[in-house]
Amino acid sequence: MLRYVSRRLIQLLGIVFVISVGSFYLIHLLPGNPAVVILGNAYNPITKAALYKQLGLNRPVIEQYFIWMGHVLHGNLGTSFISRVSVVSTIRAALPIDVELIILSQILALFIAIPLAMVSARKPDGPVDRLLSAGSFTLLSVPPFIVIVLLVLLVSIKIGLANTGPSAYVPLATNWLANLESLSLAAITIAIGSFTLYFRVLRSDLIATMQEEFITMARSKGLSRRRIMWRHAFRPSSVTLLGSASVSIGGLLAALFVVQYLLAIPGLGYELIAAINTSDYLLVQGIVFVVSVAVVIINFIFDFIINIVDPRISRE
Amino acid sequence: MSELFGAPETTAHPHVEPPEEKEPLGVFFWICVGWIGLNLFGAIFANVLPLQNPLYQNYTSINAGPSLHHLFGTDDIGRDIFSRVVYGSRISITAGIGAMIIGFGVGAPLGMLTAYRRGRFDTMVTTVMYALLAFPGIVATIAVLSFWVPRDLFKIIVVIGVASIPIIYRIIRAATLSVASRDFVVAAKVQGASDRRILFKELLPNVAPVLISFLLIGVATVVTIEGALAFLGLSVNPPTPSWGNMINEARTIMAQNPWLVIFPSVAICLFLLSLNFIGDRLRTHFDVAEVKL
Repeated sequence: MLRYVSRRLIQLLGIVFVISVGSFYLIHLLPGNPAVVILGNAYNPITKAALYKQLGLNRPVIEQYFIWMGHVLHGNLGTSFISRVSVVSTIRAALPIDVELIILSQILALFIAIPLAMVSARKPDGPVDRLLSAGSFTLLSVPPFIVIVLLVLLVSIKIGLANTGPSAYVPLATNWLANLESLSLAAITIAIGSFTLYFRVLRSDLIATMQEEFITMARSKGLSRRRIMWRHAFRPSSVTLLGSASVSIGGLLAALFVVQYLLAIPGLGYELIAAINTSDYLLVQGIVFVVSVAVVIINFIFDFIINIVDPRISRE
Repeated sequence: MSELFGAPETTAHPHVEPPEEKEPLGVFFWICVGWIGLNLFGAIFANVLPLQNPLYQNYTSINAGPSLHHLFGTDDIGRDIFSRVVYGSRISITAGIGAMIIGFGVGAPLGMLTAYRRGRFDTMVTTVMYALLAFPGIVATIAVLSFWVPRDLFKIIVVIGVASIPIIYRIIRAATLSVASRDFVVAAKVQGASDRRILFKELLPNVAPVLISFLLIGVATVVTIEGALAFLGLSVNPPTPSWGNMINEARTIMAQNPWLVIFPSVAICLFLLSLNFIGDRLRTHFDVAEVKL
């Protein structure tokens, strides 16, 4: 176990290093002199000198990386020359919104997926299972950017529910109920994507588990159906569920970006797209770095949890 | 780039002996194949078909509903939506196929080779690929596309294609591994068959079902990603129509003209549904089982 964790930890450090090099090198993908492109309208000799100093642009590329990395380790991702706000403070303001959206949507998705998968697995290929499977399969083919547009069309425009349309975001500190309302469509959209995955994975896993001998054993002991489902079948299957949750994190991010962009919810996704549109490259670089590292660390933690639940994996 | 494939990891269970009788693929399967064929036909021959110019702005009929003259109606500056949907499919389909050519072109041979050879090379490549899988490919894609300006379809294909290599590598390697230790491969080795012969004649036919079904699901996934990128304004620039940017442009006026959102949405959903269904059906048909992670 310890060996496994330490090996994974080294892997984690390696991938974080790769991410840092990649994020650093992004600004060198820009055509022409990066200073001219990054500064845009703010370009003048003074800002140019400031940027050269901040990024060490007149030094060799490898040295620039260490300058950048030194700043990052001190918690400094630079200051945007467009908005004049430090990248870290923008990220700090936006991140809680993403966390809230992810928590809301995942609770919603699991809350629906787990009972439905159990109902499905009780009688595989029965009418209920067929209906649910076909439904989840259809949902799989509807991308989040269509779900959110149709939801807005239906709920905010046709029905006219308050606080649900674009730019209706209310901060949590102002009014928690209005905040939930303003995040509801976004959370539902993200949840639909996660639901289809969780349902399909859990259903096939439960069906496989229900054929195992220990289930027959539990049945012959006369345990109730519900107890067998939750205590005996769901427990081993939850490992698979955890695994698929960490695998699906990329799809989750894509959905997150799309809904934030459409509804103007000022999370990291919205800030990222806004920064791209205003050519605020330092902000883009900072967000890309933070989000990537966060995802890799979350994956690592998931891996760790899966190992505790099912120690067989680390022995492979 | 694990999000490229919504489906869980799978592996092949090749048949030891050919099964006696297979369940037919079903009517819906062939309807889906036909629909994909129709889409491909429209995308390839869009210039030759009697379609209206997708960029022509006819100010005498703005925001018109569906009619005989404009099958899907017109948009806010009088462009024919039907023609724009057909032309829009070109971008999505080209991106899907192009990215998968790169992804499978690199990932599949590499996965087969490492699974067959094993040894230190396999350990090295697999460690790197699995580490890359932890990396959020969608963020990398958006990042590279936002800095690598000006954006065009070619760059989008390259970025998505490269980002898809690790997951394709993992799928194909797992599929090959389950075949590589079987008796007929050992027998071929004992008989002195060359590596190339074993790879192409013994392994490839058994990996092919996995390859084909995931190729289709992969194309569907790339179409979704391209759509999302276009929706975020990171794909080809308007006025060139693509399914994603049509939906993005239409959303601001969807209260006045909901058709503008609905038609490209339906087009993209039907296309994805067909591809996913064909891929899924082939997978069960060839008995490719889903396994635990």
